[in-house]
Amino acid sequence: MTEAPLTVPQLADAGTAPPGAPAGEAPPAARSRSGPAANVWRAIGHNRKALVGIAMLAFFAVVAAFPGQIAPDDPQAEIYQPGAGPSLHHLLGTTAYGQDIFSQLVWGTRLSFVIAFAVGGLATALAVLVGVSAAYLGGLGDGILSLITDVILVIPIFPLVIVIAAYQKNAGLLTLIIVLGALGWSYGARQLRSQTLSMRTRDFLMAARVRGERKLYIILFEILPTMTSLIVAAFLGGALYAVLTAAGLQFIGLGDPNSQSWGTMLYWAENNEALGAGMPLWAIAPGVCVALLGAAFALVNYAFDEISNPALRPVRRRKSVDVER
Amino acid sequence: MRFIVRRLGFFVVTLWAAVTLNFLIPRLMPGNPAIAMMARYRGRISPQTLHALEVAFGVNSHQSLFRAYLAYLANIARGRFGTSLTFFPDTVTHQVLQALPWTLALVGLTTIFAFILGTLIGLLSAWRRGGMLDSVMPPIFVITSAFPYFWLALIAIWLFSIKLGWLPESGGYNITDTVGWSWGFVGDAVEHSILPALTILVTAIGAWILTMRNNMISVLSEDYVRMARAKGLKPWRVMWTYAGRNAILPNLTGFAMSLGFVVSGAILVEFVFNYPGVGWMFLQSVENQDYALMQGLFLMITVTVLLAILAADVATAMLDPRTRDVR
Repeated sequence: MTEAPLTVPQLADAGTAPPGAPAGEAPPAARSRSGPAANVWRAIGHNRKALVGIAMLAFFAVVAAFPGQIAPDDPQAEIYQPGAGPSLHHLLGTTAYGQDIFSQLVWGTRLSFVIAFAVGGLATALAVLVGVSAAYLGGLGDGILSLITDVILVIPIFPLVIVIAAYQKNAGLLTLIIVLGALGWSYGARQLRSQTLSMRTRDFLMAARVRGERKLYIILFEILPTMTSLIVAAFLGGALYAVLTAAGLQFIGLGDPNSQSWGTMLYWAENNEALGAGMPLWAIAPGVCVALLGAAFALVNYAFDEISNPALRPVRRRKSVDVER
Repeated sequence: MRFIVRRLGFFVVTLWAAVTLNFLIPRLMPGNPAIAMMARYRGRISPQTLHALEVAFGVNSHQSLFRAYLAYLANIARGRFGTSLTFFPDTVTHQVLQALPWTLALVGLTTIFAFILGTLIGLLSAWRRGGMLDSVMPPIFVITSAFPYFWLALIAIWLFSIKLGWLPESGGYNITDTVGWSWGFVGDAVEHSILPALTILVTAIGAWILTMRNNMISVLSEDYVRMARAKGLKPWRVMWTYAGRNAILPNLTGFAMSLGFVVSGAILVEFVFNYPGVGWMFLQSVENQDYALMQGLFLMITVTVLLAILAADVATAMLDPRTRDVR
């Protein structure tokens, strides 16, 4: 694909547009005939950040799916010498309770992964529902939905989740996912709304209306496919927020203290002053995993920004600027 | 002016939503744990205080929900957040006011500094497209902005306090100090704030670098920038007064929107460092099941974030003439 001359509408960035301003035109990928999904996949193949991020996600997915094959030790069993350093038997040493840190890490992957995908999925569904219907309803309906979106966007979510968790001690995984999902959709909804608004008067939607298609059909089969990259971005942002928020909650002891997760490992490590007591790996390793999983989502997300907005792609030669002068 | 009025209206609505959530959450939860908490304190606190708590949490009250809600709103409006049980008989308001300066100094200053620094780096890296700054910075900051704040705080303590012994690992000042405006105390407080401040700075700055860079790239291809170049203006003039000024506006909006995220992280940073601010006190109140203090602090955090957003709105209105005329 040759670099097209950069026109202004292509450059308008939906992610950072001031409130009320229409978002950028649909990405060029969405316009071609071969289907938006195929183009998105091709673009991912050409983007190094996306490849690295997806490789990291795939790695964690494998670990989450087959923890027993990777770490045969029981992660909860307190049967080893406590506080041991790294060795061949215990790749990352043992905890103060005599548990194997490596197998705790491997088994903990699953919960973080489940939370990330469930919350990301729930938040994305809500974002699409609220964002698209706000734009499509217009008038008072749009006003109310946008106001709710903006209010949830600015209320500090983490303290609110802590307040809820303080009243709902040891609530199950499902409650956690629902609360995080119900509070994490606003940013995506805002972007989807402005994107839908900017498309309302496009010819292909006019054509669909003239054909007499129903509203639901237009939304599902005409509008949504052109917003694939925004929807994926909403999902990735939601997943990143879920990973960090859940780890934070577990770290301060508001998760289920008996669950096997990275945040819970950090909670026990902090309670036993692992850093000062010569077991730094106990605290560092789960944190590295949270950071890596978060970074994987962030990398893919950033790559999607570049895919949907060609102006952001890294320049190899300073061509685009010089030619224009 | 219209713009500011509209934003003020939004401020009021959001504040009302937060207060209402605060009222509803204890009442909606099954098996209100505030009841258990009050049972523990029965006999230790005065009947009036107990009654005030019962009203606040909806225990033993024969009031209708709506009347209780009105009474709650009236209390909040008069600044009565109830009595803290951990620091009995101290009021919640007094406790919150004690912790607030620490947080404003640490989190507030660090956030403003991170925003300014991030905006500058983003501006420069977009201006020198493909240069050193531009090829190294974005990937690094995409990754650091995904770091959990508390983990970075743990690493900072491990490296700089435990291994190297350069800086203190916890607290806001030496417990041997007397709190006051003496040189010794202020210097000590600054020394204690370096590690938490650096932690917040490193994790918060990435988002602003990236958004500023993206805005700047968009603005740089606008016609008026091309015109400025064609007129033969000095490059730095084009960069600052033509492109930079316009690229900052969306970044201010982004600042307002990501503030809640930074504050959330700062709460955990204060917790890890035992820093005597609002975030630390908030988590202490959760641990002690001091629900009145916890909810007062939640409101306090929300109000502070909303005020900062309002300040960003006013700044936008002053910098961007479009917000003044339109609508």
